[in-house]
Amino acid sequence: MSLPHLADPAGRYRAMRLIRSFEELALEWVRSGLIVGGTHPYIGQEAVAVGVCAALAPDDGLTSTHRGHGHVLAKGADPGRLLAELAGRVDGLNRGRGGSMHAADFSLGILGANGIVGAGAPIAVGAAWAAQRQGRPRVVASFFGDGALNQGVLLEALNLASIWRAPVLFVCENNGYATTLPAGAAVGGSACGRAEAFGIPAETVDGMDVEAVRAAAGRMVERARAGGGPGFLECLTYRFEAHHTMERRFRLAYRTAQEVAAWRARDPLASAAAALPSATVAAIDAEVGQLLLESAEFALASAEPDPLTAGDHLYASGLRPRSGAAL
Amino acid sequence: MTLLSYAKAMNRALADALAADPAVCVFGEDVGAGLAGLTLGLQQRFGAERVVDTPLSEQAFTSAGVGAALSGMRPVIELQIPSLLFLVFEQLANQAHKFSLMTGGQARVPLTVVVPGSGSRSGWAGQHSDQPYGLFAHVGIKTLVPATPTDAYGLLSSAIADDDPVVLFAPAGALGVREDVTAPLGPVPLGVARTHRAGTDVTVVAVGHLVHQALAVAEELAGEASVEVLDPRTLYPLDRAALLASLERTGRLVVVDDSNRFAGFAAEVLAVAAEDGRLLAPPRRVTRPDGAVLPFALGLDRALQPGVDQLREAIRAVLK
Ligand SMILES: Cc1ncc(C[n+]2csc(CCOP(=O)(O)OP(=O)(O)O)c2C)c(N)n1
Ligand SMILES: [Mg+2]
Repeated sequence: MSLPHLADPAGRYRAMRLIRSFEELALEWVRSGLIVGGTHPYIGQEAVAVGVCAALAPDDGLTSTHRGHGHVLAKGADPGRLLAELAGRVDGLNRGRGGSMHAADFSLGILGANGIVGAGAPIAVGAAWAAQRQGRPRVVASFFGDGALNQGVLLEALNLASIWRAPVLFVCENNGYATTLPAGAAVGGSACGRAEAFGIPAETVDGMDVEAVRAAAGRMVERARAGGGPGFLECLTYRFEAHHTMERRFRLAYRTAQEVAAWRARDPLASAAAALPSATVAAIDAEVGQLLLESAEFALASAEPDPLTAGDHLYASGLRPRSGAAL
Repeated sequence: MTLLSYAKAMNRALADALAADPAVCVFGEDVGAGLAGLTLGLQQRFGAERVVDTPLSEQAFTSAGVGAALSGMRPVIELQIPSLLFLVFEQLANQAHKFSLMTGGQARVPLTVVVPGSGSRSGWAGQHSDQPYGLFAHVGIKTLVPATPTDAYGLLSSAIADDDPVVLFAPAGALGVREDVTAPLGPVPLGVARTHRAGTDVTVVAVGHLVHQALAVAEELAGEASVEVLDPRTLYPLDRAALLASLERTGRLVVVDDSNRFAGFAAEVLAVAAEDGRLLAPPRRVTRPDGAVLPFALGLDRALQPGVDQLREAIRAVLK
């Protein structure tokens, strides 16, 4: 029932390797200008996306964030199509219309990355509520950061999920900062305390340990699927890179070099690799490397959209907007 | 010669206001680090009690700004991205804007909201590229869109000194503009347009960064037509007198405006001209399409923004 590509530790390591290498490639593409507008790198947080998705079934849904590549890949999206999306090509997941912050693949239950912090949580609640009404055994995972804990709409979503007993797994990726603001200075009370205040069982796990995340997420997903209502998982993690690639232009001192080094020493990819035979790791690394080469080729071979189609897809009904200079 | 950048001009206006009046304070995200440029160095200079780093709670800190404004402070709210204005529309349109009337004139709300980087930021896609100044003008909130560094300084200074809520949009396309500043910087009154270039054949009303585009096109067409470039600077309240006086000279009108076409700012300018102005030819506007959502791919994003070619064509069309 769970996602076949994340069914065993080797599959989970492979997914984490894929996200890490994908994100490194994306950084290169930002530097070279192939990706315009930059990205929010997921590097360091791979165990959260993979651990949570390992607890999901193919038909389960998820809502993601501005830092969404990891979630999208973990659920099974094609890396070539995601890369094409980041490069604004017609074969991208969103036909080049969404880019990094809006990557979505509805065929896989990926209801979209989102540019607005906290916005995904109530969308997840509505999707889970609909599944309930439709008799579909669907659970929806909603990823968000520590920064989102302070959005009113997130708290409202917790309440709705609770009173509706919606099958939602709220996943707070607490990476310690919302851009430059430390979570410790921004969050009154605690993440889990907020969920518990609405009657939602909550748990904090080591977000650098993919197996720990999977185990905790698995318990909550199972309960939600059985009609037990929402769960809340706080994953303690860290982003190794800048908040956004643009941050390189600033000299920011909000994190110390020691702090970054200490978290890097707990690299979730390294510990997942250490649990596998080294030959397995080497074979996976080689296979993922090859896959990304092919993904890059696919993305680069894809055309840029025709500017005359800029008004396409605005309305599902096909309504065409009047142009801005109707002469 | 001192070249002053737009971003630095806003930073200086805010610094001067903080220095001049202890009631001035700043709320916003990452304002201590000065990520958006507006507040760079100000927390170090004025302290974290006056330049306040807030959690991601825009609705609460915007309305907290209203509460502080009702209590004698002059808060400046920085919103990192234009779409956060949608999030705090209730707080601005339904709270800040209505207090004066609803209290029978007991209350004033001297609150300034600044968006440093509105409009397309190239590759920031659908939820980060809006230009919602028309919404605020429609509601009746004082709405400013400075085009140049001196106007950015002057309008931000006046906004902070004003006793009503004001929203100031700093278009992303203008943030890089630099200006050789010779005269001392000072306040620019709200509600007063600026003629950037005098002309006799056609009036081009241009908003924000598009002022620079209009000036370039006016220069390019100099052999063909005498183009007047009028920058309203304050969208609401609109300087109707300046618009009508310009039309008195030219009789022809093109508006170039980065908001959506349907019920956008340009529509209002055309309506004023049609009702009260002297028009020798049907006016034109160059805008975003109706209800535009900017797609991610750069070619698509650019295709939906008012362009130089469209402006040139529109000018020629009204001159025919
Ligand atoms: C509602 C809202 N406020 C502000 C922003 C600008 N912004 C984008 S990401 C971010 C920080 C988010 O922090 P967190 O939720 O902890 O996620 P992380 O970036 O750490 O993954 C901010 C302030 C936004 N996109 N949406
Ligand atoms: Mg965070």
